[in-house]
This record gives sequence, C-alpha cells and structure tokens, in this order.
Amino acid sequence: MSEAVATQLSGWGRTMPTVAQLVEANSPGQIAELVQQANSRGVLARGLGRSYGDAAQSGGATVIDMTTMTDFSLNPDNMSVTANAGASIDSILREIVPRGFFVPVSAGTRIITVGGAIAADIHGKNHHRDGSFGAHVTELTLIDGLGAQHTLTSKDPKFWATVGGMGLTGVITSATFTVIPIASSYITVDTERGNDLDDVMSRMFARDHEYRYTVAWIDSVSSSGRGVITRGDHATIQQCNLDGIKDPEAYDPKNIATAPALVPTGALNKWTVRAFNEGWYRKHPKERIGELQRISAFFHPLDGVQEWNRIYGPSGFLQYQFQVPDAAGYLVGMALSKLREIGAPSFLTVLKRFGPGNRAPLSFPQSGWTLAVDLPAGIPGLGRALDQLDALISAEGGRLYLAKDSRQSPTNFARTYPRLGEWREIRDTMDPNRVFASDLSRRLKI
Amino acid sequence: MLDALGEPQSVLVLGGTSEIALATIKEMPRHRLSRVLLAGRPSESLDSAVAQLQALNIAGVEAIEFDAKNTETHGGIIDTAFDGSDIDIVILAFGLLGDQMTAEEDPSHAVEIATVNYTGSVSAGLHVARRLKNQGHGALVVLSSVAGDRARRTNFVYGSTKAGLDAFAQGLDAALAGTGAHVLIVRPGFVRTRMTSHLPEAPMTTNPEDVAKIIVTALKKGKSTVYAPGPLRFVMAGLKALPKPIFRKLPN
Repeated sequence: MSEAVATQLSGWGRTMPTVAQLVEANSPGQIAELVQQANSRGVLARGLGRSYGDAAQSGGATVIDMTTMTDFSLNPDNMSVTANAGASIDSILREIVPRGFFVPVSAGTRIITVGGAIAADIHGKNHHRDGSFGAHVTELTLIDGLGAQHTLTSKDPKFWATVGGMGLTGVITSATFTVIPIASSYITVDTERGNDLDDVMSRMFARDHEYRYTVAWIDSVSSSGRGVITRGDHATIQQCNLDGIKDPEAYDPKNIATAPALVPTGALNKWTVRAFNEGWYRKHPKERIGELQRISAFFHPLDGVQEWNRIYGPSGFLQYQFQVPDAAGYLVGMALSKLREIGAPSFLTVLKRFGPGNRAPLSFPQSGWTLAVDLPAGIPGLGRALDQLDALISAEGGRLYLAKDSRQSPTNFARTYPRLGEWREIRDTMDPNRVFASDLSRRLKI
Repeated sequence: MLDALGEPQSVLVLGGTSEIALATIKEMPRHRLSRVLLAGRPSESLDSAVAQLQALNIAGVEAIEFDAKNTETHGGIIDTAFDGSDIDIVILAFGLLGDQMTAEEDPSHAVEIATVNYTGSVSAGLHVARRLKNQGHGALVVLSSVAGDRARRTNFVYGSTKAGLDAFAQGLDAALAGTGAHVLIVRPGFVRTRMTSHLPEAPMTTNPEDVAKIIVTALKKGKSTVYAPGPLRFVMAGLKALPKPIFRKLPN
C-alpha cells in the first residue's frame, strides 16, 4: 500500500489550505481498506483539484489522490466511455476526439477527472439542452462508508445522491457515460456583441435554444454590462473543407504558456482588468457567423495557460457562481453593479442560461440564469457584499455552486438546497458512520 | 472552518474573561461565528462575558470550566471542546499580573504567577497544539507581553513568565510547521484593562480594541509575531540593545 504523506491542500482559488494525509489510490481494494481504517477525521477522494474552494480538501483526514487510477476505454458501438474515476477529461478527449466522439458535457476546463465531474455534477455551455454531466452517466461504481463496493445505475436514489454529492456518499472508482458522435474537431461559432447587459440577456433569451453550445462573456468593469455572446455546434466535414482545413479530425491541444510562480498581490486590479476587458470586447466583431474554432479554443481557452490561478497572487481568489430563475434575472445586473461598487475586478465574467435541473438533490443547475465571477480574495468589503448578494439570491430561489463556493454560510446553504434533508437520509444509509468529510462539508455542516 | 476570506466559524478562548480576547471576537464578522467557547473559572465575570457576546447576536457562545492551575484537567477540557467541532482559532489569554513587591517578599505569590502564566500555558498550549495538528488547520494566539522582551526591576517576575511563555510559543510554532496549524505571538505594551487599571499608564498605551484589530489582521496575514501597537517592535529592539547602566536608569 502506498504511504500517506502529510500534504497541504487547497482548491484552485488557493485560499484556506489545510493539511491532510495524502495517499495515492491504486485499487478499489486498497480504497476500501483506507475507508475501513479511517481515523476520526475521515476520508475524501481528490481529483485534479479544480474546485475553487474547499471541496477537495479535508484537514487531518486521509485524502485519496485518485489521479493515479486513469484507465479508460471507448466503446464506439454503444457510444460510451468506461473510465476509472481518476481518468482526466483531457486524456479522454485526446483519445476519443480523433475517433469521432466528444464528451456529452464539457466544463470550462478539461483538467478534471471523471469522478470529480460526477461529484460536482458539472455543467457546460450546452446545459440548456443537454443538462449536466450526471444525466449522461449510465453506471458508476462506488465504495461506501463501510468499505463495500456498489454498482449504481440511475434507477437507484444512491446514484443521484452521488451525482452532485461532492464526494460525501463514497469514493467513486469508475463510471460509464455516453459520448456524442462528432464529424470534426472544430466548432462552427457565431459571435455577436451586446451593447449593454439588457441587450446581451435579451439576445440570449431569444436565440440560445437554436444552438447546442452558448455562453456570454460580460465586461464586468464597464457600467453598461456589455458583452460578447458566442454560440456554436460541432462543424461538419463539409464546413471544414469549405474553410480549407486540412486536418478536420486532429486534436492536440498544447500549453501556450505557464503563469509565473510569483505574482505580487494586486497585479490584477481595476486598471489592468479594465484594459483587458476593453481589448477583449474590441477583439470580437459586432457580428460574425460560422467561424471555425478548435474544440480547445472554444471550450477550454484557459487551459492553454498552465497554473493561471497564480495570477491572483498569494492571497488567492474565489469564484462566485450563482443561479437564479428567469423571473430574478435582474439579480445578474445587481450583482455586477454591487461588485463594481466595491471595485472588485473580474475579467472572467461568464453568463449562461440553464435548462431544467435533474433528479440529484444537491445538483446545482436549475432553469434560469447563471453568472460566474472571479474575484481576488483580498478586496476590502468583499465578504459583506457577497453576503448581501447571497441573501438576495436565496430570497429569489437561487443558489451557489458548491464546486465554486468557498465562503457562504451554513444557513444560506441549507436554505438554498431545499432537498438537503432528502440527500442526508440517503447519505446516512451509504455512510452511516460519516466517514466521508471535506473542509466544505465541515464549513457548511452538510 | 475558515472561509476563503479568512473569517473563522469557531473560537476557543482560554481565559474567557480576557478583555483583549473578547475584543478580538467582537472584531470578527459576527454572523460567521457559530461556536465561541469561553473557558475560565466559573464566576460572574465569565457569565457576563458570555452575556456580552450573546447580546451581540453571536451564535453558540458558551462558558466552559477551566482553571489554568489545574493542569491535569487541561487535556480533557480541550479534547471535549475540539470533539464538538473543529476550532479555527484558540486564544491563550489567561494570565496574572500579580504584584512585584508582594512576590519578592512572599515567593509563593511569585510561584502562583509563574504557575498560571508559564506552567498553565505550557500545559494548555501543548494540548491545543495536539488537537490543531490532528485537524490539520487552525491558529493558536498566544498573548505574550513586551514585559518579556527585557526584564525590568519593577515587574520582572511577571516579565520572566512572559519571556518563558514567549520562548515556548516560538518553539511550538516551529513544531507545528507543516501541520497546517500555526502560532501567533502577540506582544502588547501597556493595555488599558482591569489588570492594569491600578497602574500609571506607560507611553504607547493602547486599548483592548486596538490590540484586537492587530490580532485579527495578523491572523489573516498568517503572521507569527506582532507587537501592539506595531511600532513597539522598534522601541523594544532599541531597549533590548541599550547598555545595562543606561537601561537601569530609565524611568520605569
């Protein structure tokens, strides 16, 4: 059995690190043993550490590094992939895209594991028509709190407690999910700019359903809330040929750069972000139809810069992502203006429309709008401003994404996930001794 | 757990009536706190400290019985506190100023000061450190004093206990390196509290609220030693460097 090493762990935002006993996973049997031998601090599985907050860390606990179990295989006949939980979406895409398949749901980064994608029930630019990742999982295997292995399908409530369950129902060891056929490794992209937030939101409301993928970037520094909407679908071979693309099936995303290791606090401020946003807005044409972009450029632009989270400096950053129903769409503008008031610079401000939620009690997406904002942790007044937004959002039936959250209160969480009680009942049958624990579960008293 | 902005949910104060510790709690975002344990000998002032925090709508405030001198009880008390939930910040705040002249005439008084300030702190500090290490995160705030920086004629019994405590806390911080837990040593100068109300004020005197602000900021920055007020660091560096004949002639 590989040895446990005391290791400081934090999320992608690099805030609030704690120290855990990190053990590399090597087999389901070893994981079951670790669960059975857990100390009072418990056990937690960790993937590639892309949750922004404290979801994949657990102070004092045994944290199992799942990224050592990476095998997967494509079954082209029934269009599915069966993968160990530690397999990354990155490695899966490198294998399946050239063979004409794509993952059913892709987050903003491909540097995540299959286990993490299920535990956070990730969503992508196609949520409005295809739902979240869990909806495409046909089967998963899991080691429960007693160390017993289970194979779960979507008929089982335990399956849905695990989807979006943030690793608190057990250790997912492998899963099978469906993949979609694609004709090329290119996306045909339509771009349009909106002069202000109302313009952006009404354009999205009117036409998002016509596209498989859609997302808007908002200029959070400009008081108008102007933005750029990009929408697309997988390109056909004919579209690639028309554009003179020689290698329509090739897929080999590369790192363009690595962020420097030491960035001073405050390098990212109102002025640098304003300059970036101005340039980013101007870079996009007022309207453009049918531009071909590589999959990696369309879905995972930030993955080209390794360790980009360092640009926020040593105090780290947080991502605030909330969801509100259509009727409360005004909160998108209110949130942006509140953050502008305190001078919070965000250059990654992303607005999307969600389709209906799924059966998972703790799954984040529900019909309506979702806004994600990256914020340096050191801004004065940030805590108070976000607490006020939490209250407004929860009053309208909205909520925060647990894979991003790093600061909401336990009461706000309980209020905004009304099916928490139902989830706890299922969890108690899967983990009666409460072995699975994370800093997130302790902070939010999940 | 601390949140991304470094705000705590749970605090344990050893020496629950300490004005500096109470001011420190009031300096934290109140609605974030869900568990505040004030440990001390049962007394009216401990009850009123609890009531004071409850009146500010701080949730989960309770008094627990703790006597710095009963070192054999420390382990059990601290274990019970940590078994209830993780504790983000422990403030080691108990201490006895005593009376220098009485201590010189009656060494048993000196022993009492040493037992509370040094022996009690070593015992409680080690038990707390064990639990912080176990949970993989958390801070132990140790209220030291500039009196420990250089012994003075007028309060060297008290000063020596703080010097010992300070050295202990520095070593404990080193021992906790890599565990996720750390120690913050706070060296205040003259602070206007019950403990000092009978004494003439010294230069650079502060209020508990000032010290509290310094503690909260230092915790967020992850510092390991702070003076209160901050510039005392340089004053004390100067005093420590003074030749003995000059130092002894300074007004006390």
